[in-house]
Amino acid sequence: MAMVEIRDARKVFDGGFEALRGASLDIEEGEILALLGPNGAGKTTLISAICGITQPTSGTIAVGGHDVVKDYRAARNLVGLVPQEVNLEPFEKVWKTVRFSRGLFGRKPDDALLERILRKLSLWEKRGATIKSLSGGMKRRVLIAKALAHDPRVLFLDEPTAGVDVELRRDMWDTVAELKREGVTIILTTHYIEEAEALADRVAVINRGQILLVEDKDALMARMGRKTLRIELDEPVAEIPAGLSDYGLRLEDDGRVLVYDYDTSAERTGIARLMGALAAEGIVVRDVATSQNSLEDIFVGLVHDGQEEEGVA
Amino acid sequence: MNWAAVAAIYRFEMSRFFRTLLQSFISPVISTSLYFVVFGGAIGSRIDQVEGVSYGAFIVPGLVMLTVIMQAISNASFGIYFPKFIGTIYELLSAPINFLEIVMGYVGAAATKALFIGVVILVTSSFFVDLTIQHPLAMVAFLLLTCVSFALLGFIIGIWAGNFEQLQLVPLLVVTPLVFLGGSFYSIEMLPEVWQTITLFNPVLYLISGFRWAFFGLSDVPVGWSLAAIALFTSLCLTAIWWIFRTGWRIRS
Repeated sequence: MAMVEIRDARKVFDGGFEALRGASLDIEEGEILALLGPNGAGKTTLISAICGITQPTSGTIAVGGHDVVKDYRAARNLVGLVPQEVNLEPFEKVWKTVRFSRGLFGRKPDDALLERILRKLSLWEKRGATIKSLSGGMKRRVLIAKALAHDPRVLFLDEPTAGVDVELRRDMWDTVAELKREGVTIILTTHYIEEAEALADRVAVINRGQILLVEDKDALMARMGRKTLRIELDEPVAEIPAGLSDYGLRLEDDGRVLVYDYDTSAERTGIARLMGALAAEGIVVRDVATSQNSLEDIFVGLVHDGQEEEGVA
Repeated sequence: MNWAAVAAIYRFEMSRFFRTLLQSFISPVISTSLYFVVFGGAIGSRIDQVEGVSYGAFIVPGLVMLTVIMQAISNASFGIYFPKFIGTIYELLSAPINFLEIVMGYVGAAATKALFIGVVILVTSSFFVDLTIQHPLAMVAFLLLTCVSFALLGFIIGIWAGNFEQLQLVPLLVVTPLVFLGGSFYSIEMLPEVWQTITLFNPVLYLISGFRWAFFGLSDVPVGWSLAAIALFTSLCLTAIWWIFRTGWRIRS
């Protein structure tokens, strides 16, 4: 049984806007799933429907086998939510607001646990500070502390590093990795594809209210990943020699660089043959470099293709 | 029932009250004293007695009701509007709690604050006039019911309000006139007959009348009506709140 099961979830808002159009997704226990999608794709609506902030118009969602509507208490007990916006009561103290969150979930006070959480998030020294006196990054960590206060098994992080500086982003990634080691299932929405690349076990792409793809991150990158070979020439050439016309080469930098795209998953990459052909043409190579397409390119390609299919590109 | 959640909300709300305890305490003391100077001293010296009770004492129940009603509404409406305004309501909506538990937490806290201020006014009043309470149990019951029912109304206003102006709108435009025209500072028998009839449609009249009966044994309307009115009002508010949470009106985007 998957930790989170989403079956044909639809959400139509009052104005008639369909934010979810039959989304289905299984999230396995203990994994980190990155949910990618452009603005307005339905990421936040999907998370809100799982967490109880909005109710799906139709379809079913279950957490730990508990339906989020019919059996909402059991389902929500398992879930912690870190919202996208920094929503905190400015005049409250860190310690009090975290304790409040635990109480809200019906748990008995456990100051030792809360101390561990605050220490892990480097907030322990700030426990007596009011929220408004904290920096933006600390406020985000308070949100995480609140979400963890009731010891959830599933944690939703809705764009946790939006507007956060590089150093803090790394810290946040370490925190997420540690939570995963403790067995927490993590669903992460993000605009930063590098974040998904760095953290996720699997990647789901959502666009226009539908899940377009769910796949193991490494497999996805291997399957769809294309590599580029840049060959720097000793002497510039005016045009691609006829003997190299089969390779689909491009000329760049005024004829100083030949660019060759190849598929890493293909049986033969064609690199060795290309090198031989270059030598046969008498072209002297000064340097070569390869680069791999990022998840970002894959993502943009997927979303773009999806829109073209629907004729809205 | 998730009692821990009710207690968490209640404590959280009360801590705001304790942060500003001095203001919460001083402002009703000052305003009550002012009412006694104006109504009791300046006007009361010309009225002398109403139905055998000194005017100063006669206005005490109305004065307590006036403040308690306004406090219950403003505390409860602000209590639930503020999380909506700053966005922390997400936490309430994603917690394993139902509408009744949310209401008990917020309304309970708002009613407690109103009750506290009501008691402060009663005590302050006793420095100005001799107060006798003929039916102490009924007095406490009316006071409690009023605190709770108007905190429920405040909760609805807080959910309905889209901005801070709207938060003030209902208390100022509807509740204040109703309270003033509900016999806070006079017996409706002092009004022309037409106005007496019109006043009977004012729900606040029944509360103040019942509350005054508990003090002096005199009332504008039978005390049973007062109880029926407050029960009806409370159940209307509860029904409205139940509907709000069922449909998610103005809380679930």
